[in-house]
Amino acid sequence: MVDVAFQPNGVVAARATRKRSSLRTALKRKSTAAFLMTLPLILLIGILVIYPAFYSLHLATLNKSMQHFVGIGNFQFLFNRETFWLVVEQSCIFAISAVIFKALIGFIVAHFVHNIPAKGQRKWRGMLLVPWVIPPAMSTLAWLWLFDPSYSAFNYTLSFFGLGPISWLGDPNWARFSVILVNIWYGAPFFMIMYLASLKSVPEQLYEAAAIDGANWWQRIWYVTLPMMRNIIAITTLFSLIVTFANFDITRILTAGGPLDHTHLFATWAFKVGIEGSDLPLGASVSLFMVPILAIAAVFILRDINKRGNEAS
Amino acid sequence: MADVSLRKVIKRYEDVEAVRGIDLDIADHEFVVLVGPSGCGKSTTLRMIAGLEDITGGDIMIGGDLVNDVPPKDRDIAMVFQNYALYPHMTVAENMSFGLRLKHYPKAEIRSRVDEAARMLDIAELIDRKPKQLSGGQRQRVAMGRAIVRNPKVFLFDEPLSNLDAKLRVQMRIEIKKVHQKVRTTTVYVTHDQVEAMTLADRVVVMNKGRIEQIGTPNDLYHHPATRFVAGFIGSPAMNFIPCRLEDSGGGLNIRLTDRIAFPLPPARAARYQGVTRTDRLLLGLRPEHIAELKAHPEPGIEPFEAVLDVTEPMGMETLVYFTLEGAQICGRVSPNAGARAGEPLRLAVDLNNIHLLNEVTGAVI
Repeated sequence: MVDVAFQPNGVVAARATRKRSSLRTALKRKSTAAFLMTLPLILLIGILVIYPAFYSLHLATLNKSMQHFVGIGNFQFLFNRETFWLVVEQSCIFAISAVIFKALIGFIVAHFVHNIPAKGQRKWRGMLLVPWVIPPAMSTLAWLWLFDPSYSAFNYTLSFFGLGPISWLGDPNWARFSVILVNIWYGAPFFMIMYLASLKSVPEQLYEAAAIDGANWWQRIWYVTLPMMRNIIAITTLFSLIVTFANFDITRILTAGGPLDHTHLFATWAFKVGIEGSDLPLGASVSLFMVPILAIAAVFILRDINKRGNEAS
Repeated sequence: MADVSLRKVIKRYEDVEAVRGIDLDIADHEFVVLVGPSGCGKSTTLRMIAGLEDITGGDIMIGGDLVNDVPPKDRDIAMVFQNYALYPHMTVAENMSFGLRLKHYPKAEIRSRVDEAARMLDIAELIDRKPKQLSGGQRQRVAMGRAIVRNPKVFLFDEPLSNLDAKLRVQMRIEIKKVHQKVRTTTVYVTHDQVEAMTLADRVVVMNKGRIEQIGTPNDLYHHPATRFVAGFIGSPAMNFIPCRLEDSGGGLNIRLTDRIAFPLPPARAARYQGVTRTDRLLLGLRPEHIAELKAHPEPGIEPFEAVLDVTEPMGMETLVYFTLEGAQICGRVSPNAGARAGEPLRLAVDLNNIHLLNEVTGAVI
């Protein structure tokens, strides 16, 4: 402050005006304004996404006590663990089968809702969205009770048909089935609402033209509906694949990865070894494995969208 | 190719009756235009012929077969929609061949039919483009091509030119007429534009409020309208309607418009109106071309009068003049050399050989 005060006043004033006017022109530029407005979000992403991403890269190269640099030692260790390959297998089974069924059920239900007369449609749409709106941590607790081996509604109902009791979460295969089922229940409404919006944007006259051209209902879906929905199907599938692959809460609450680590996903296993097992570097290494797998899927699906994107008129 | 018959066809939505009992016979090779204001039931009628709407009552026959409950795909029809309804993900060729491919026609046959239609419609070089890369007129041609390659019993057009600009509309109108002259397929065409109806149709069906007002050739409708609605709907500028009365005058009949203006009817006309009660409230229907400037040697039946013009509209080959008579705005057509100027009086002549008399209450032409 002091040295500024000793400077000749004229110089300070001139510099100040120059500064102010250049600031004003900079602010007037659209790109500057746009940058300033997006700055809060950029900072947020920087702090919450980019920094942790690089930090976890750094973490993955340290030993358990985070004192020594071990390079790719953590990854080498993982490759030799049987559980790791189990996690890879289960993550793929979980994500792919859940997304396929979510998309299929969403597609079918969207058609049903689309054909409900407009009057009742709001009601049905709202009700069908409920699974997606309830926080999964809460709804999964309800499922946990439904899957209870002794007192659950499922096994009680099955007993009338002389079936069961099934150890829903105790048997490795049934446990895998159960976590996938809950994920489908939770995620299908998202597909339904996206497909419904997309269905509504298909002009009715295309179906009429197809009907006159001689297409039956299946050919109308195959030649009109699906091509018109191709982009939205690709985007929702990619999005859901990423979210499902990285799922944590459902598996954590239902099985915590068990029995015998058969239902672990990358996220739950990373949590187990990193937080519960106090080996943060190893946990970081586990979670980093999702990046290349999802990146490849993203590239493939987004490339198709770019190619087809210009078609819809 | 086939004839189409509608028998007492009714369409009722929950609380409105859109089509109220229509009888219509369309002959083989005929080009019939359904015309009327929006909401008159013309599109609904077309969609019922197509099978896109269920019919509430009555019968529809195509080629002698009852098709009431036959789905659209089995009616052997082709339809051209207002917004073209081209499949955006298919090329022009794929769009045109879609119906044939669904029916598993041999590839060579599909190819030759598409090529022929494309040549007929002058879109051969666009065959590999997607609809998005085409202009409105080109899309319309593709939509017609899609109908032609099917070689159906009946063509249905649902306001196909409404989305085109005025110039293109005239051009496509001629194209459609050319195509029909070549392929001779029975055609039902819906429009709200009476000029389109007059220029395209073998016969025009004028509809209003779910009913048929009149069926006839374009000239029939123009010169012998049956109702006030048809008289006013067909023709542009529209027919003038002037309140009037008939009165006897020494053996002949006079038509009295105002206290000041009355015209003697020519004997042929007078005979026709002899039976009309003299106290009936009547309307004089007069086409603008029958109100012209006064010529030097008028023919019999042409009577002079004078009017102060409100507005003049020079059209080039003629000038439209507007003036007010008994509160009604009247339009006349005069020669551009007649010296018509707004705000000034002009000697006009009315051709009483071509008048229509209407009952003001029922709207029927007498």
